[in-house]
Amino acid sequence: MSILSRLLPPGRRHALPLILFMAVGFAAPLFAVIAYSFVPARTFDLWADWSFDNYLEVFNSTSYIAFGWSLGLAAATVLILALVCYPVAFGLARVFGKWATLITLLFTLPLFVSENVRLYGWIMVFIKNGVLLGTLKSLFGWEPDSIVFTPELTLLGMVYVYLPFMLFPMTLGVSMVPQQTRDAAYDLGASRWQVFREVDLPLSMPGIVIGFLLTFVLAVGAIAEAKVLGGQRIIPIANDIEVAFTYAQNWPLGSALAVLLMLLVGFLVLIVLRRFDLDTILGRR
Amino acid sequence: MTGIMTGRSPILQLRNLTKTFGSFAAVNSIDLDIAEGEFFTIVGPSGSGKTTLLRMLTGMEFASSGDILLRGERINDLPANKRPTCMVFQSLALFPHRTVGQNIEFSMKIKGIDPARRKARALELMAQLRLPENYYAKNVTKCSGGERQRVALARALAYEPDILFFDEPLSAIDYKLRKTLEKELKDIHRETGKTFIYITHSLEEAMVMSDRIGVMRAGRLVQVGTPQEIYTAPKTKFVSEFIGDVNIIAVSVNGSGVTAPTLGVGLKSPPAPAGFAAGHLVVRPESLRFLEHAGEADNALSGRVYNEYVLGSRIQYQVRVGEQVFIVEKLRQQAFAGKLDDNVLIGWDAKDSILVTD
Repeated sequence: MSILSRLLPPGRRHALPLILFMAVGFAAPLFAVIAYSFVPARTFDLWADWSFDNYLEVFNSTSYIAFGWSLGLAAATVLILALVCYPVAFGLARVFGKWATLITLLFTLPLFVSENVRLYGWIMVFIKNGVLLGTLKSLFGWEPDSIVFTPELTLLGMVYVYLPFMLFPMTLGVSMVPQQTRDAAYDLGASRWQVFREVDLPLSMPGIVIGFLLTFVLAVGAIAEAKVLGGQRIIPIANDIEVAFTYAQNWPLGSALAVLLMLLVGFLVLIVLRRFDLDTILGRR
Repeated sequence: MTGIMTGRSPILQLRNLTKTFGSFAAVNSIDLDIAEGEFFTIVGPSGSGKTTLLRMLTGMEFASSGDILLRGERINDLPANKRPTCMVFQSLALFPHRTVGQNIEFSMKIKGIDPARRKARALELMAQLRLPENYYAKNVTKCSGGERQRVALARALAYEPDILFFDEPLSAIDYKLRKTLEKELKDIHRETGKTFIYITHSLEEAMVMSDRIGVMRAGRLVQVGTPQEIYTAPKTKFVSEFIGDVNIIAVSVNGSGVTAPTLGVGLKSPPAPAGFAAGHLVVRPESLRFLEHAGEADNALSGRVYNEYVLGSRIQYQVRVGEQVFIVEKLRQQAFAGKLDDNVLIGWDAKDSILVTD
C-alpha cells in the first residue's frame, strides 16, 4: 500500500489526475489574473506591494461606459435570441420531423467558418454599394444609408454569432416536454396558450435557462463584432481588457477589469440560478 | 344496434365512426351505445385501433367519417379542451413541476375557481381516494406508483367530467398492485356513479372491472357483451382465444353434429346456427373432465397426460390427443390421481362447448 492510497479514498484518488490538470490549466491562470490585479500598475512582479489601486483607477475612469455597452449588448442579444430561437426550437423538436436533422445541420454549418470571416461577410452585405445596397441601387435606384459601423449592426452580428448557443439547449429543453403531459393539460380544459404557459414553458425551462446563461456569458465577452461590424464606434469591456494587456502593457489594470467583469457576470448568473433552480424545475428535488 | 343497456339512457353514441390514415382504416365504422354510469371497457391487441378510437372520443383526434353523440349532441368537431370528458393517460401525464394539490386543482384553476374552493375540493377528492392530507403540498414525483395513479384519477375527477376515459393506466404496474388498483377503480366507479370508458389489451383486467366489454380487432368492434357473455359465448375464435387458455378444435358441420378432421372423429356440439358450415369448437379447460368410461360425457377422446402446471388453487394438465394438445383444468381438491404419461380418457358435454366462426 502506497502512502497515496492510504491517505485518499479511491474516488478522490482516481480524480487526482483531473484535479491536477484543472488546477494547472484552469485555476492557476485565474488566480494569476486575480493576483495581478493587486500589484502596482505597469509592473510585472507578482510579489510587489499589493493594493486596490488598480480597482480605484477603474472606478475613477470611464470604464463604466464599456461595461455598460457589454452588458447592454449581451442582454439585448439574449432577449432577441430568446424570441427568435423559441419558435425554431419548437419546430425542430415537434414540427419539422425528418427535416429537423437537415435544418440543425444548416444552423451548425456557419460554425465551421472563422467568426471574423463571417463578420466580414456581413460587411460585404451591408456596406455602401455592397450586396444589399448595391442591388437596391441598381434595381430600384434606391440608396438608403448603410448601417455598417453602428451599434445596431454590432447587435445583429452578436445575435447571428451566438444563435446556435441559444438554439440547441433550447431545442433540447423543448423536446424534454412529454407529449402526453401537454395533451393532459389540453384535455383538462387548457387553451393552447395556457398549455404553453403551464406546461411547455416551465418544463422546457432548464434548456431555456442554459441557453440564456451560455449566450449571455459569451456575449459579455464579445469583442470581434464591435471591432468588425461596429467599426470601433463602441468599445466593449473585452476590448479595454485586450488593450490593457497588449498595447498598454498594463497587466494589473487589465487584470482588475477582468476580475470585475467576472464578479459582475458571476453575480448575475448566481441570481438566475437562484431564481431557476434547474433541479427543482426538473422535479428531481 | 349493438347492445344498449336496458333501462338506462345512452350517454355516448357512436354511429359508423371511422378514422382513416391514408388508405388504412385504423377505426372502421363502429356503432356503439354506452349507457349513463356504465363501466365500459374496450379490449384489443396492440394495433387494433383502440387507442385511435379513444383519441377520437376525447377530441385529440378527429373522425374521418361517422358521428360521436354525447347525450344526443354531435361533438365530432369539439376539441379536447372544450369537451366535458377527461382522460387518465397511460403515462398518467402528471405535471412533474407541480405538487399533488396543484395537479388536482389544474382544471379548476383554468376555470377560474377561487383558491379556497379549489383547495377544499382537492382535499375532498384526496380523502375520497385515500391520499393523506399532508400530500397536498408534496411534489408528485415523490409519490409512489399507486399514489400517482390516485393523483391522476383525482385530477381527472376534479374536472367534473361527464365521461372518464382511461388509456391503460395500469399497464406499467406490477401484478399485485394492479389487482388492488383494479378493485379500487371499480369501487370509485360505484362511489362516483360516473361513466367510465376504459381501454386495455388485457381481457382479464376488463373482466374484473367492466359492466360491458367491447372486443376490437383490426379497427372493428367484433363483439360487445357482459364479461359473462364474452367468456361463455364468444362469437369468433379471436374473442375466445383472447382470455386465458382455451381448447380449440377445427370442425365442419355434419348433419346434427360436427366432424373434427384433425382428430378424425365426429363430435356432439350445440346446434349450429343457420348458414354455419365450418369453424371451431371451443372448450374451456375447466369444462374438460377425466373420464372412467367413454359414456360418461357427450364427447370422449383418449390421450396421454404430458405435463402438469400448478396454478395455486387450480391445476392444469396438458393432455395430448394425437397431434393436438388439450388443456384440462381442475380444482386442487379434484386433482388427477394418476401420473405423467398415463393414458387417459378426457371428455366434455356438448352444452359446455361453443361453436365459433374464424
